Amino acid sequence: MMLLDWLLVVIAGWLALGVAGIPALRNTGVVARLLFPAGAFLALVLAGLALAALFTEPQTAVLALGLPTLPFHLRLDGLSAFFLLVIGAAGAGISLFAAGYFRQGEGTPPGLMCLEYHLFLASMALVVLADDAYAFMVAWETMALSSFFLVTANHRVPAIRSAGFLYLLVAHVGALAILLTFGVLQAGTGDYTFANMRAQSLSPLWASVAFLLATVGFGAKAGVLPLHVWLPEAHPAAPSPVSALMSAVMLKTAIYGLLRVVFDLAGTQLWWWGVVLLGLGLATALFGVIYSAVQSDMKRLLAYSSIENIGLLFVGMGLAVLFHAYAMSALAALALTATLFHVASHACFKSLLFLATGSVLHATGERSLGKLGGLIRRMPWVAALSLVGVLASSGLPPFSGFVAEWLLLQSFLFTTGLPNSFLNMLVPVVAAAIALVAALAGYVMVKFYGVIFLGQPREPHLAHAHPASPLERAGLVWLGAGCVLLGLFPVQVIGVIDPVTQVLLGAGVGETVRANGWLFLSPTSLGRASYGPLVFLLVVAFAVALTAWLVHRLYHGRLRRSAPWDCGFPAQTARMQDSAEGFGQPIREIFNPVFRMTRELPTPFDAAPKYRVTIEDPFWHGLYLPVARLTERLARLVGRLQQGRIAIYLLYSFLTLIVLLGVVRW
Amino acid sequence: MESLLAQTINLFAVALLVLAFAMIAQRRILTLIHLYTLQGAALVAATLVVAHLTGQHHLYGSAILTFVLKVVLIPVMLHRVIDRLNVRWDVETLFNIPTTMLIGIVLVIVAFNLAAPIASLSASIARGTLGIALACMLLSFLMMIVRAKAVPQVIGFLSMENGLFFAATAATAGMPMIVELGIAFDVLVGILILGVFMFQIREQFDSLDIRHLERLKED
Repeated sequence: MMLLDWLLVVIAGWLALGVAGIPALRNTGVVARLLFPAGAFLALVLAGLALAALFTEPQTAVLALGLPTLPFHLRLDGLSAFFLLVIGAAGAGISLFAAGYFRQGEGTPPGLMCLEYHLFLASMALVVLADDAYAFMVAWETMALSSFFLVTANHRVPAIRSAGFLYLLVAHVGALAILLTFGVLQAGTGDYTFANMRAQSLSPLWASVAFLLATVGFGAKAGVLPLHVWLPEAHPAAPSPVSALMSAVMLKTAIYGLLRVVFDLAGTQLWWWGVVLLGLGLATALFGVIYSAVQSDMKRLLAYSSIENIGLLFVGMGLAVLFHAYAMSALAALALTATLFHVASHACFKSLLFLATGSVLHATGERSLGKLGGLIRRMPWVAALSLVGVLASSGLPPFSGFVAEWLLLQSFLFTTGLPNSFLNMLVPVVAAAIALVAALAGYVMVKFYGVIFLGQPREPHLAHAHPASPLERAGLVWLGAGCVLLGLFPVQVIGVIDPVTQVLLGAGVGETVRANGWLFLSPTSLGRASYGPLVFLLVVAFAVALTAWLVHRLYHGRLRRSAPWDCGFPAQTARMQDSAEGFGQPIREIFNPVFRMTRELPTPFDAAPKYRVTIEDPFWHGLYLPVARLTERLARLVGRLQQGRIAIYLLYSFLTLIVLLGVVRW
Repeated sequence: MESLLAQTINLFAVALLVLAFAMIAQRRILTLIHLYTLQGAALVAATLVVAHLTGQHHLYGSAILTFVLKVVLIPVMLHRVIDRLNVRWDVETLFNIPTTMLIGIVLVIVAFNLAAPIASLSASIARGTLGIALACMLLSFLMMIVRAKAVPQVIGFLSMENGLFFAATAATAGMPMIVELGIAFDVLVGILILGVFMFQIREQFDSLDIRHLERLKED
């Protein structure tokens, strides 16, 4: 059997597990102890097979599913193998966590959750394996629908239902654009296999149309400005493992789709495509990070942070397109390597953080940052692993986030070689803005971690918070290990990414990186730039140990405890700590024009003062509500036709009849 | 003899058209039902003549079906309905009757114009009557539009079906038997449903005036 066959067996296994959830509809024991761990095991197998597939030749298969003359074409090449690897590796950790997480009483029964969840996993795997538009769209829509039902798991809450509807709406708008993309790519031949699309050579105009449609379609799924609005609504509504799966893996299928269309199916790349992606990505990243800095709901904060990371991925893709269009393949490979590295890294740390919020939510019942705090004492495992995720997310060495951002900035440094003076002026600005995004992301993560885990508990009931269950911990450890290992062994990871860039661009940085040894990561030459994470780790560890030793030696041992100065205010409570709103205040002030803010300030004489600030998305008021109003007005115009009088309706059909008869006559 | 019989078809066709005009002009519901019955009878006679002329025996069958349905069954049902609902008069129309008649004349001219090229293609003996059949349909449709009460509308609907049937018999040699049976059955079921509706409308609004239905529309 070929690797592809084995992969299909794993996918079928997932589907079987999902169906097995139906008889055990309300039997949480079977679902949690048997089906989800089995799903995690299958995910591991999938990851292993995908890893092996990276280093083999592309394989194809034709499944006799679907319509009689329209079978499913599947193809396993480097790009799909890499994304399968991400799906498998992240899916394993999330399934393990979900085994300890899902329980009775949250709207949808556990057995049904199990079906939707495994259907979701299987459809994502099929999306990256599909080799014709029909199979792709079927898998894509299955993915959208199963995730819709997962998001609305707690469907008795009206807010969750409306969040789900928004998600479904944006997903369908995107799916339509993707369908049109394929329609353009098949160039009127009527053959919708990807092989045929590759063979077509489109004119620059039509290729650009396909590119723009694909950007809209996949951008809607990824959450690119201005189609991002569903993310901050859907993520808080969904159960945490679902949020993790959507953010870590599903958003990446959109990246996969765009890479597939731009580098594989479109045939040509124009330089301005890169500028479009760069601009969109930059706007998305800035918007995401600024908005995540002012959120006070922890999952909403992470949702905006996902938007930011998607922006970074788009920037990386934009650079790759730019370099590739000017035939600078090695640099395009560098930018694409940075992008794919970030895909893997984001899959690890964002799912880790979403799962951690799930543990916190179960332990405390709170999602609002203003009511959390001091959980590091109650939930030490979750706190320690969240710290790993937070550090990776802020792009600090020696974790995975740093390598991705470092590679991205490295590829920015080479843009001076582009033979286009306009770009030479523009791109350094983008690079500076990316540095700003990275810094603000660090700020956001300090807020996230500090407010939830550090300080004193802000509410009395937090004292009863229970630590995460062993299965939840196991899932978190798996993903945390991913963050650390990706960061510590970037050279090996790039060795895995290398086949992908070879497939798409015909070039890779793997050769140079390998030539420079396994200890130091150096994408171009050792003299230019290099990064040795293990060395860095050793130096940091040594410095910490040395400091500890010195403090210990020099410490005089005389301890004096006294009350600190209380500013003349005698009563001090935990609520007086710096809050999430307070921490975000400088950002609110600096970027004031970007926000749509309403504030209620208390008067100084108010006995029970209340302070309220609401920050709304300007895109709602600037784009979505006008569109909604326009639709409603058009609907009203159509409604004028409907007078409610039978005579009028009869007159309509009468006139239509006369006109049609007249048409036939002349 | 042949041409005489062909002329007879034309005679019955004219009778249909005149009856359609009479229905537009008539305000009394009871008379409307009588007119409808007469129309059905004219249709049966026309079908019999066509059957005899062309020697197509299945047309006898459809003539019998038409007789049972349109001359006996439906008029009886309509009588029972108006007895139960106790409606004899349809006082209001949306336009006054002379205006409606004038519109009707315009419709007849339009129908003849429309039918002319189709009739010239047809090889049937009664091809000249296609315009009349079309005019009957349009006139019945007009009646449905201008009447404000439910029962005359139903009669308009049924009379439209008469026009359709006549068109089928005249232009071609009748529809296939299975289609004819289907349509007959549809008409029967239609009148049953409409009867139920009429009772429901009266129960809801204490009147059969369909203008009350406007209240059902959302704003």
